[in-house]
Amino acid sequence: MGDTERPRIYLEEHKIKQDPNDCGMADEPWDFETFKNNFRIVIVRCDSMEMEFDIIGVHPAIANAFRRIMLSEVPSMAIEKVYIYNNTSIIQDEVLAHRLGLIPLKADPRLFEYRSEENEEGTEHDTLEFELKVKCTRRKDVKDSSSFDTIYKNHKIYSGQIKWIPKGKQSEIHSEVSVGPIHDDILISQMRPGHEFDLKLLAVKGLGKDHAKFSPVATAFYRLLPEIKLNRTVSGKEAFLLQKCFSPGVVGIDDNDCAYIKDARYDSCCRNVYRYPQLSEAVTMSRIRDHFVFNVESVGALKPSIIFLEAVKVLKMKCRKFIGQIESI
Amino acid sequence: MSFAELAGDENSGEHARTFVFEDEGHTLGNALKSIISRYPDVDFCGYTIPHPAENKMHFRIQANKKLRAIDILKRGLEDLEAVCDHTIETFEKAMNDYNS
Repeated sequence: MGDTERPRIYLEEHKIKQDPNDCGMADEPWDFETFKNNFRIVIVRCDSMEMEFDIIGVHPAIANAFRRIMLSEVPSMAIEKVYIYNNTSIIQDEVLAHRLGLIPLKADPRLFEYRSEENEEGTEHDTLEFELKVKCTRRKDVKDSSSFDTIYKNHKIYSGQIKWIPKGKQSEIHSEVSVGPIHDDILISQMRPGHEFDLKLLAVKGLGKDHAKFSPVATAFYRLLPEIKLNRTVSGKEAFLLQKCFSPGVVGIDDNDCAYIKDARYDSCCRNVYRYPQLSEAVTMSRIRDHFVFNVESVGALKPSIIFLEAVKVLKMKCRKFIGQIESI
Repeated sequence: MSFAELAGDENSGEHARTFVFEDEGHTLGNALKSIISRYPDVDFCGYTIPHPAENKMHFRIQANKKLRAIDILKRGLEDLEAVCDHTIETFEKAMNDYNS
């Protein structure tokens, strides 16, 4: 696709303007081959927690479906039931249970099944069992200290103290590290001598639309790729003013003190340039209408690339399910 | 059954129907609409969630008189599935390129 063909939305001082020659994707007849030819994915940044990639040549409804599914329909594991045998601490039972539910777990949801309604206790295929048994005590050997850390034992309870109890043959497939809390340093509660927890925690597979704790992503969002064009040469003092109008790194200044657009990708698209009458005509700000810059931040259980693939598979399975039902009529 | 037809179209031929999807929302509704409304033989396609407290999505298709709405819906779902398949394929290829 040529550069001039890319559909744009212009960002003007007070309004957003459509390209006069761009009728919008809604008017093009659907053709899978055309879609295939225009569709591209470029990975920009990717590690185990965060990734950035571009999806180009797709209808916003499809891009939005992927985003929505990542947030609320890709399954993950979280603590769902807390059996409180003893809780003599200050924190109330229900608040404690809620806090524990929000602790992200490392367990791979693809290795588990959804728990069936009738089975209360759960099986090794759908439930992870954890235990938190701690008691705060006063250290006898320490006398003159004002620090709670030295005079009390277990006065701060962290997620790392949650112990995994393998059910059935679970220990053959999983390990403490592969199913337990991702972060060991989440403070659950503070205690004083005599306070005690005796809890059994049951983690199950669930969906973000049921409760946010089941969402596998911290955030998943997209934005349209910004594009900035200079209409005339901007040099000298004006060039530095122009540079200040955009996000750092967007506008560069060459050896002749002339401004040039270095990289518009990470521009915040604030319209500060329009505050200066002498500069407002010098730039054209726009966004590419079918170029989606996705950012996916994982909570830690699944890699972001896996989360995206799972999201696409969820949408595919929705289609499959309904095709099957239509065929069976 | 998580899929049904809304009453009211029985006498007007098979080209127009409102389908009721249970436990679906904007995610499937809008994605499917964006494809089906671009078929040349579809006169109208739209979706609504009649009440936010009910997990139901109404999906309306009004097609050319010669066609059945249900066939259009099936074609739409198959096209959306093909889009998903192609996305998976392209993404995996892009990941391989990035890692190599």
